Amino acid sequence: MTSSPSTHPTFLQRLFPPQVKQITTREDWFMRVLLILGTVWLLVGVVFPLYPMVMRSFQDTSGNGVGLANYARYLSTPALAISLVNTFYIAIASTLVSVIFGFIYAYALTRTRMFGKPVFRILGILPLYIPPLAHAIGLIYLFGNKGLVTTGVLGWLPGWDINLYGANGIIIGESLYCFPQAVVIMITALSLTDARLYEAADVLRSSPLRTFFTVTLPSVKYGLMSAIFVCFTLAFTDFGVPKVVGGNFNVLATDIYKQVIGQQNFSMGATISVFLLIPTVAAFVVDRIVQRRQTALVSAKAVPFQPKPNPVLDWTMFGICTLIAAFAVIVFATIIFASLVQVWPYNLALGLKHYDFSRVGGGGYAAYWNSIRMSLYTAIFGTIAVFIGAYLVEKGRGLGWLRAINYFLSTIPLALPGLVLGLAYVFFFNNPTWFNGTVYNPFHWLYGTMAILVVCNVIHFYTVCFLTANTSLKQIDPEFESVSASMSVPFYKTFWRVTVPLSLPAILEIGIYYFINAMVTISAIIFLYPPTLPLAAVAIVNMDDAGDVAAAAAMSTLIVCTSIGVRLLYWFLTRGLQKRTQAWLQQ
Amino acid sequence: MFKQWSKFIAIFLSAFALTLTIAACTGSSTNSQSPTTGNSPAGGADSITVYTALEDDQISGYLESFEQANPNTEVNIVRDSTGVVTAKLLAEKDNPQADVVWGLAVSSLLVADEQGMLEPYAPQGLEQVQAQFRDEANPPHWVGIDAWMSAFCVNTIEAEKKNLPIPQSWDDLIKPEYKGQIVMSNPASSGTGFLSVSAILQLKGEEAGWTYLDALHENVAQYMHSGSKPCKAAGAGEYPIGISFDYRAIKQKNDGEPIEAVFPREGSGWDIEANALVKKADIKEASRTFLDWAISDEVSKKYAESFPITAVQTDVPIPAGYPADPLKQLIPNDFKWAAANRDAILTEWTERYDSKSEPKSS
Repeated sequence: MTSSPSTHPTFLQRLFPPQVKQITTREDWFMRVLLILGTVWLLVGVVFPLYPMVMRSFQDTSGNGVGLANYARYLSTPALAISLVNTFYIAIASTLVSVIFGFIYAYALTRTRMFGKPVFRILGILPLYIPPLAHAIGLIYLFGNKGLVTTGVLGWLPGWDINLYGANGIIIGESLYCFPQAVVIMITALSLTDARLYEAADVLRSSPLRTFFTVTLPSVKYGLMSAIFVCFTLAFTDFGVPKVVGGNFNVLATDIYKQVIGQQNFSMGATISVFLLIPTVAAFVVDRIVQRRQTALVSAKAVPFQPKPNPVLDWTMFGICTLIAAFAVIVFATIIFASLVQVWPYNLALGLKHYDFSRVGGGGYAAYWNSIRMSLYTAIFGTIAVFIGAYLVEKGRGLGWLRAINYFLSTIPLALPGLVLGLAYVFFFNNPTWFNGTVYNPFHWLYGTMAILVVCNVIHFYTVCFLTANTSLKQIDPEFESVSASMSVPFYKTFWRVTVPLSLPAILEIGIYYFINAMVTISAIIFLYPPTLPLAAVAIVNMDDAGDVAAAAAMSTLIVCTSIGVRLLYWFLTRGLQKRTQAWLQQ
Repeated sequence: MFKQWSKFIAIFLSAFALTLTIAACTGSSTNSQSPTTGNSPAGGADSITVYTALEDDQISGYLESFEQANPNTEVNIVRDSTGVVTAKLLAEKDNPQADVVWGLAVSSLLVADEQGMLEPYAPQGLEQVQAQFRDEANPPHWVGIDAWMSAFCVNTIEAEKKNLPIPQSWDDLIKPEYKGQIVMSNPASSGTGFLSVSAILQLKGEEAGWTYLDALHENVAQYMHSGSKPCKAAGAGEYPIGISFDYRAIKQKNDGEPIEAVFPREGSGWDIEANALVKKADIKEASRTFLDWAISDEVSKKYAESFPITAVQTDVPIPAGYPADPLKQLIPNDFKWAAANRDAILTEWTERYDSKSEPKSS
């Protein structure tokens, strides 16, 4: 994102406007320096690492420039080109499944008087806590050749073989993985509505179906676009599910893994990464353009929508939601069950044998503790970085163009697949020098440390957290800043005494979001983690590679229970804090 | 509270500025900066990084005696399948991260040796190592510890359920009744997969070998990452037959899984698991100590509990389940040929079978 020569002068002019009359205080300078620092951090974390990766795709394995040869080789190798088609196929199918089910689920939660909504709300987002790889392992125990469903609960019932290994398994796994994301987005979109529109439709005697297509759908189209974009990106770039249940059905993400880990062919890995990057960036750009057109649907005069009882609709929805939630719960329960069974499927006695990781690879409990440490650091430093970043963009003064750039940079990570980010970090940080040894790489010392894993996680999940912080800051009246300024209270005091306490719910949400995602993530760190720092989620991959599927299920169970446990603990500990800081909202 | 915070920022800022300045300065004086040794995982003199393809459930048992004798040496084990370790080793040629290679296939070590990556070293006790299990050069570039061979893992319960006779030979495997019933390791990532493919090409000759592999491909449901996964999948009944290796088959059988270890009638492909010292600027003394230990009597006995053929002969009886004369089971294997053709074989294999078709199960 370096400025092109034509825009450079305008930037300079804006930076030093000729007739500036405003008094710039030391405080303003402090803020500017912070803003510049924030921009540098985003540039180093997001943009710069992409450069050596893209360059690498034009080089051979020894670093000589070969132009487009890698691309030509990739596209001309039939086995590899098939992956591209495969990836589109499973991504589109999974997006359709997860968005349609996500929409129905969210609709039931927001627009009906269905029974048991609070429970469904919790169950709907349960898959968020489960690494995609663990979903796939659960599917093996359900639909694999010796799965509970395939064998009809081991012979009691007629079996049903869905031919798991290949596209079917990947689509089911990715749908489970994407479903909660779609639900969360759709709940937000469906909650923001104006009941007056429905009253008008009612008065005009519009049929419920017509109302649905003319009022409901248009009002959530931006949310729907976002959900499609998020699910497509996740399914297109995920590597955990295809790795475990893909069989011989190759996709781009597993190709990158095979090239980089299996052949150590980083150039080809970089080339495939570019293929992975193009559709996600395109989806990102389209989404940005569409979202820009969004205008406020809910004005100050809007009336909140109160669903009316409708027994037919309510109970139909109850049935559908029960089926969906039951499936998610069954997959999770199967993972736990499989981790406890002695020898699947021959000896179903239960025991903790698979929780002794000393005979399997992946690092065992050391990996588990490392993951917890890494997630904790990610939650702490990530929340600080995101919140200060969002504050500077939203509440900062001056340097408007830099804040706009900062905002844009903050949204980019959403378009970056984890594998691409991780690989880019390898190229950027591992190299002791840049530009053929002419410049010393000041960040090289980070490579192979816990710090780089934390930085990578913070950037990987940056956008969602940033947007959360941004939304929350927008809700705080800018008058606070004006009043503070006129009373010559420095901005950092206002920040600490007003902004932070008011935004506490959002800050706490960001922290837990970081923690959970850092616990389950694999794609971004699988190329980055050093042998001295094994990680739990990566251990699942190693165990599965070695064929120790039960141990992999055990490690998945540990990760999920930790995330859920931390979530509960967090909720419990912050309840009081939230009540105190948010008391002003209830008058 | 805030003062601390602003102080932190001030410090961070100045540190950052300093870094940039230094970066700019060294940038102008370029080449005097020697590249650092990368992410050497642990820098201390008493810590070594060991690359290995030995099985996960063997390593900790083997290492016990080393840790007892050398409590101050920290051993960082980097374990993966043969193909992955080989690729990693070769990729790091200009900046080797490993100090020692322990238990890697000779056909892979020969490739690394070809690139001049191995430092000749004669470990203590070399005279005990049988001649055919070590490099001819003196001092040797590599020293073997044991040999492993291909074996089929057949799940007896599943085979009976599906009415499948237990295959006894490579030729049995391409019979149509086994369609979609076989899993095998991917030779690109797995040493076991590679030795099976290389054995078939050597037994049958190249042309007939590839024809055989084409036919086998028709019956294979999945190619798997590691050498042990096909056997574990067979043990769990996921697929009735896994083409794997001896230790895994016999271990699972002895652990009570319904596995029959079949040693194919035509003979088994095999390879030597061997050690080597990695050539680099600062070879640590601990690396040599490790290599001395790795062929000692003590650990050789442990190897012998897993494998019937060890480089250092021990008085440990051949583990139950192996053929009485395991040496007879081995095909004549030309390691030099395998190493020289490794790349070509893998390229050909990947082009023919990797992802060309969806799994054809049942």
